[in-house]
Amino acid sequence: MPVDPSLVGREFPAPAPLTVTPERVRAFAAAVGHPDGAVPPTFPIVLAFDAMQAFLDAERIDLHRIVHGEQRFAYVRPLELGDELTATLTVTGLRQIGGADIIATASELTDVTGAVVCTGKATLVHSAGAGGAA
Amino acid sequence: MNAGDVLGPLTFTVTRADLVAYADASGDHNPIHQDEEVARSVGLPGVIAHGMYTLALVGRAVAEWTDGAEVVDLGAKFTSPVVVPAEGGAEVVVAGTVKSVADGLATLALEVTCGGQKVLGMPKAVVRTGARA
Repeated sequence: MPVDPSLVGREFPAPAPLTVTPERVRAFAAAVGHPDGAVPPTFPIVLAFDAMQAFLDAERIDLHRIVHGEQRFAYVRPLELGDELTATLTVTGLRQIGGADIIATASELTDVTGAVVCTGKATLVHSAGAGGAA
Repeated sequence: MNAGDVLGPLTFTVTRADLVAYADASGDHNPIHQDEEVARSVGLPGVIAHGMYTLALVGRAVAEWTDGAEVVDLGAKFTSPVVVPAEGGAEVVVAGTVKSVADGLATLALEVTCGGQKVLGMPKAVVRTGARA
């Protein structure tokens, strides 16, 4: 089933803020082998993923039908331990190629002062039917 | 860091166990990164690494090359999947050069391959060099 075209422009906040704790950073860094003590640059995906999951849940899209097509992050400042971040995902575009929906999204991560810390752009490839991936 | 500097290629091995650990740490439990049957059911050639795992390896290479310089931009298209076999692992090679240095920022040109095939499209990383503009 194709994704509803009226989605473009809609916003989906992550359900809860994320605190950048030493434990979370250590676990993430260990999983990707990043040097100790640093916040890996891809760490914001943890919160961006929560916002994406909120979008998928709202639209009843199965995660296993999604393949990540593109991800770009621009950092206004480095993430710091103790940051409490919130994220909102906006659907910015939608097109169909070979039976797949190509969903373009933008996400914004802000700190408790409301300042933007990081922005993300992602493309999600949704294969609609069984075995339908292009 | 100067334009044209070659950044030595770094090779990383990705195993299924790494993907399980990454799923736990990142919250991305998409079964296409764990379960062969589910991956094939959506048309994939097998269990694939999270695109963000591969991009994290780029972040790791950049940190090694630049001694942990602040990253201001990082991204790529996930153009070809990194297929991770049940036994052993997939080898991802991250190579780069310094494309340009201006205003205290260095832009890195990157090539990320698995089995000789490019897996990232238009990968880009920009780091702060510390030098005053």
